[in-house]
Amino acid sequence: MHNKSVAGLSAGLEKGDFSSEEITQAYLDRIAALDADLNCFVTVTSEQALAAARLADQQRHEGKAGPLTGIPIAQKDIFCTQGVKTSCGSKMLDNFIAPYNATVVENLNNAGMVMLGKTNMDEFAMGSSNETSFYGAVSNPWDLQAVPGGSSGGSAAAVAAQLAPVATGTDTGGSIRQPAALCGITGLKPTYGRVSRYGMIAFASSLDQAGPMAGSAQDAAMVLNAMAGFDPRDSTCIDKEVPDYTKNLNDSIQGMKIGLPAEFFADGLDEGVAKVVQEALREYEKMGAELVDISLPNSGLSVPTYYVVAPAECSSNLSRFDGVRFGYRCHEPVDLEDLYKRSRGEGFGAEVKRRIMIGTYALSAGYYDAYYLKAQKVRRLISDDFRRAYEKVDVIMGPTAPSVAFDKGEKSDDPVTMYLSDIYTIAVNLAGLPGMSIPAGFVDNRPVGLQIIGNYFEEARLLNVAHQFQLGTQWHKQVPPGYE
Amino acid sequence: MSLEEQEVDKIAHLARLAIEEKDVPEYANNLSNILDLVEQLSTTDTTGIEPMSHPLELSQRLREDVVTEVDQREQLQENAPKVERGLFIVPQVIE
Repeated sequence: MHNKSVAGLSAGLEKGDFSSEEITQAYLDRIAALDADLNCFVTVTSEQALAAARLADQQRHEGKAGPLTGIPIAQKDIFCTQGVKTSCGSKMLDNFIAPYNATVVENLNNAGMVMLGKTNMDEFAMGSSNETSFYGAVSNPWDLQAVPGGSSGGSAAAVAAQLAPVATGTDTGGSIRQPAALCGITGLKPTYGRVSRYGMIAFASSLDQAGPMAGSAQDAAMVLNAMAGFDPRDSTCIDKEVPDYTKNLNDSIQGMKIGLPAEFFADGLDEGVAKVVQEALREYEKMGAELVDISLPNSGLSVPTYYVVAPAECSSNLSRFDGVRFGYRCHEPVDLEDLYKRSRGEGFGAEVKRRIMIGTYALSAGYYDAYYLKAQKVRRLISDDFRRAYEKVDVIMGPTAPSVAFDKGEKSDDPVTMYLSDIYTIAVNLAGLPGMSIPAGFVDNRPVGLQIIGNYFEEARLLNVAHQFQLGTQWHKQVPPGYE
Repeated sequence: MSLEEQEVDKIAHLARLAIEEKDVPEYANNLSNILDLVEQLSTTDTTGIEPMSHPLELSQRLREDVVTEVDQREQLQENAPKVERGLFIVPQVIE
């Protein structure tokens, strides 16, 4: 049962081949048997899951089932889940039981989906390897020595190892697409504002966006249908109709123009990864798409721009963790300042503290113009590059990450080297565009992701382009040995 | 751009973060490397470019000024480290 797609499970449930309770139990059994090696889950909610599954079966019996009713899902531990620990991968929130549901969780619950548990992640979504989690690193099911990518590493590894048919992720600088690439699954970061951020613990509010992580574009489309939509509780959420993302999956891509930014194929890209991406592009040519050379001249400034904007916003967002109202409090504080400083110093890990300090510095008196304002200006230049590109092409393609999954410990001592793992994904967040990663092949038995970037609100086109590739190739169907 | 150890202490104080003395040199080193990376921005000409704070150039939506939240004080305070009679308790601030 665990090797079925969301679409396959949906069809099987509809026909009565199995019940949601049976599927849910099968996934819970796999988690119990296999997650000790992988560490994908921070919390497994077995009892609630089985109760939700029985309710879903009841709804189906009453003729009230939708396409996702009774299908299990894993939620990244960044989404508030009422009555369930919501840790964000941090000691700071190790004792935090969310008092309400994030809108994404609420939407998926309303669609009848069954939450299996909460997935491991880099602390406060700050990391590209899942090694900054308070709950320990996650292993990549393709090679347990390798990282799964981050920050949505637990979700990516869980879907790749078939411990869940689908999962949620969030992407601030590549945190859905990069782990999707490194684990060989399909991940979609929607347009900024497409999915509500309410109840999704904030890292960098002008960049954060939630999306599905799945086994295929079709599955991602089905789940995005339930995730997306206007939410008055998120003031940056866009009031725009949600199309049926499964409707255009089968459209022909004959004559579609695919832009290839020279900057995404320059120095720094692993040769093996480049070769796999080129082969994927040839598949698209065979399907009748036209490859067009383009340039995003300012994209090289994405990483430095991001490492001003994101830390600045994080230093502000994370000021709420003060040891007073919720979260970790240090023992026996001598005064209020000691309470603040030690609660935060002991509750946050090193990477989170680094980013808070960079942001605090960039926003401090005398430096604001030189750092934050400057970065926001460069952000516009980066965004304008894309605007010009979309006058000539329909989608943009390139590698998701410069290399395949690296080994644990390989980059964790050097923050700047780690930051460069997101060199091709960050510009997309700065511009607020939708982006996907789909499996395109392997180098040394580790998966390679092809990144597809669309114009604003063109998620349906991205999913169509991805689905067409997946109709003609088998890369998305590969399963890591030992997890078949 | 290299940060002195005293500057790390100052930034940590501004951010209300207790940093152990033995860790300060490593923070100074890592933060300096990050600032070196960021330094590339200063070489870019941004004359006449408007800062971009929202990807879609939208302004903040306003709503009617009416009460939308219900009182959940007890439920929300269940997560607080120390509560007394509905108040959050911190060390004494005023003598």
